[in-house]
Amino acid sequence: MTANGYKRPYPGGGMVKGLVITITTMFKTIFRPNKYLATINYPKVKETLVPRARGVIALDQEACTVCMLCARSCPDWCIYIEGHKEEIPPDKPGGRIKVRSKLDRFDIDYALCMYCGICVEVCPFDALFWSPEYEYSESKMGDMLHDMDRLQDWLQTVPDPPALEK
Amino acid sequence: MTIDSDAVRHLSEASVSVELQTEDMTLNIGPQHPSTHGVLRLVARVDGERCFDVHPVIGYMHRGYEKLSEVRTYPQITTIVNRIDWVSGYANEIPFITAAEKLMGLEVPERAQYIRLILTEMARIASHLIFNASYPLELGAATPLFFALRERERVLDLLESVTGGRFHPNFNRIGGVKPAYASGSTTRKLLQDLPAGFFAETRVAMDKVLEAVDELDALVADNEIIVARTKGVGVLPPEVAVAYGVSGPNLRASGVAFDLRKTEDYLPYDRFDFDVITGENGDCWDRWHVRLLEIKESVKIIRQAIDTIPSGDLQAKVPKVIKVPKGETYVRAENPKGEMGYYLVSDGGQGPYRLKIRSASFSNISILPWILEGILVPDIIAVMGSLDFVLGDVDR
Amino acid sequence: MPSWVTDLFSNFWVSLTGKLLLVALLIPLVGMVIGFAEMKLSAKMQYRVGPYFAGGRWGWAQLIADGVKFFQKEDIIPTDADRPVFKTAPMLVLVGTVALFVVIPFGPNLIFRDLDVAVFYALAISSLSTIGILMAGWSSANKYSLIGGLRAAGQLIAYELPLVLAVVGAVILAGTMSLQGIVQAQIEAGYPYIVLQVIGFGVFMVAALAELSRIPFDMPIAESELVMGYLTEYSGFRFLFFFLAEFANMFTLSAIAATLFLGGYWLPGVPDDVLEFAGPIILIAKTFLLVFAMIWFRWTFPRFREDQLQRIAWVWLVPLAIFNIIATALLKVIL
Repeated sequence: MTANGYKRPYPGGGMVKGLVITITTMFKTIFRPNKYLATINYPKVKETLVPRARGVIALDQEACTVCMLCARSCPDWCIYIEGHKEEIPPDKPGGRIKVRSKLDRFDIDYALCMYCGICVEVCPFDALFWSPEYEYSESKMGDMLHDMDRLQDWLQTVPDPPALEK
Repeated sequence: MTIDSDAVRHLSEASVSVELQTEDMTLNIGPQHPSTHGVLRLVARVDGERCFDVHPVIGYMHRGYEKLSEVRTYPQITTIVNRIDWVSGYANEIPFITAAEKLMGLEVPERAQYIRLILTEMARIASHLIFNASYPLELGAATPLFFALRERERVLDLLESVTGGRFHPNFNRIGGVKPAYASGSTTRKLLQDLPAGFFAETRVAMDKVLEAVDELDALVADNEIIVARTKGVGVLPPEVAVAYGVSGPNLRASGVAFDLRKTEDYLPYDRFDFDVITGENGDCWDRWHVRLLEIKESVKIIRQAIDTIPSGDLQAKVPKVIKVPKGETYVRAENPKGEMGYYLVSDGGQGPYRLKIRSASFSNISILPWILEGILVPDIIAVMGSLDFVLGDVDR
Repeated sequence: MPSWVTDLFSNFWVSLTGKLLLVALLIPLVGMVIGFAEMKLSAKMQYRVGPYFAGGRWGWAQLIADGVKFFQKEDIIPTDADRPVFKTAPMLVLVGTVALFVVIPFGPNLIFRDLDVAVFYALAISSLSTIGILMAGWSSANKYSLIGGLRAAGQLIAYELPLVLAVVGAVILAGTMSLQGIVQAQIEAGYPYIVLQVIGFGVFMVAALAELSRIPFDMPIAESELVMGYLTEYSGFRFLFFFLAEFANMFTLSAIAATLFLGGYWLPGVPDDVLEFAGPIILIAKTFLLVFAMIWFRWTFPRFREDQLQRIAWVWLVPLAIFNIIATALLKVIL
């Protein structure tokens, strides 16, 4: 199929067609903005993203077992984890002493993070979630390092997963 | 009076040598320029408005993909590879994953292949819409850009609703597409299939994309000024195009009907009915128009795929830690910019031993010295724009 | 009007100062209003809103904010630039525009100075900006500016001729070169001259677009190729001069076109005493129609290449204008 199938109705016809399109667009946008306007007036009106959008990563501290899988699989090495082992006394005397890992430090540096999602994917204990929040710009680079508590706060914004097709 | 012939000759030579001595000027269409699609530098020798010699200088955007791939695992490389040609993000991941699957001998489930195909065609629509809209901007018309970007937003929103990212989807895994929200999870399995309403929204978006294509066609393709600026400018004969390794819509606009979607089998294109668009003259107008019509063909493919998508698994059965067996292979795919290929050499580890990327734009701009010889300065911009290259693709 | 005001302004020097102040005030005002109209209208043609933040819902303070921004910027002059020429160039371009303002009739008695050779004066003064542009292109020590300046010189000189020749038709019909006289002739004839001078009007509008360096005749500036052409090295309030001069020049050339071809401050059926204070409004309305047409053309079309531009001027416009003159002269003699 060849691409050169254009023909002009009359000399100057192409330019007149272009002019007609521009002016009809102008009238459409002035008189029916609700239907035709392509932009929203941010920051007065904010856009909500789809539930799966990769905005920010949220952490559930209770579920984390300091297995370090996320820090190891991050392509940018932007997750910093420190933890220590705690001993929990046994339920009944003479039982086994349980050893549990406790999280000391879990920082994600969003100045380095490339929002790929590998950390969320490999976590075996459902401790990391995606949230479609996007308004966390800072004026200082140091503030882009989100610590444990800030990541826990993001957990409230995690939406329910969307329903699936059919 | 006798005429002294020596004196006369001396006089005539004297009048000839009064001519002005003009020099060529070396114009640096520098790395920072509104029209070079990134940081491409053209060192042009111009005489007035005519340019004699163009020497492109690339490498300002080299990010070292091939070196980065040597120290990363396959899932990590998938996340960085879609940044090579950032306008069509999803299409860059496909040949890489297909190369790894070929070495492993995996069979990708049908539904995963269909989803990959749909998302690749959406990436093609996004890339071609950006080109068709920003090329008139380089020629001076500012309005088509907004018409096309409006509809491109719908396509990107669809991509985001499935994968979570607009330009960098990271949706491929070895053996299929990303099956679950947290596939390593031991406590719950949240399937990450297509979200509800995807098919309905896709149909609406495809209708709007076709409307935008018609608007662009009416606004730009028939415009006498565009025709005067682009017809007959930058003609690329088919033999020269084939000799330089040009691929994609640039090659097809010169008349060579070569489309890797018909000849390669990395995705099930043989089940769908679409045409290979060719142009007649190989000038800038043809290159623009071919891409416009290819958007229509992609819409056709997506509509057929949505109607016939089978249900099934999203990923083949693969072990948790993937080691690709030893071997080497080359897979090439039809990227929106041209032919993109990955030559994968694996030594049995978790990451490749060597990954060589054959990017489309690198070969496409190798014809710049040939095609820009003896051309006017404004036409440099017109021709460069019509080749549709992205510097990330050139420099990797 | 109280008598002391009329006595005050009958003094030549006081009225001269008053007129100068008025022109100096009107030019930035007109420039800002038209600039704002261009921003809003071009946005509506592209499914956008345009400025909406500065000054409330409509964003009317956007250009005032832009003006203040340009004023407080650092004055950067390149090291190799030719300093006196670099500094004088914007002034010349603005002078070309301001001087045009002086001869436009806003009403039967509202004109800054009614010259007998107003048309001749207007066309001559508007070529001062050509020199200013060439100075700007040459004195910035920048190859891109040089290319832009040379392209501008070629284009502006080429389009001077159709501009002048297109006007001659209206002058022949009216029999006088004074702009006030041309409007009076249209009032007496009872119809605006566009009825007989369609070709002249078309040639004048195309040549005016080229004189303003607006798309589709945008090669000197050529944003996507030359990064603002001859304006590349200008920043701060020197750029503001060029910016304002472009918009004010749009207004003045459209006002001259409205006066010559569309009837100026007169509408058929409006009595003379109403024209005293409704005249400016009518003229401004007609001018804005033409300015809207210029904005409409700018945002729809791409730009011509330099050789195509020159071809249009010399092969199409000049013969059309000459044919128009001959036809008008024959008409005037025969009828």
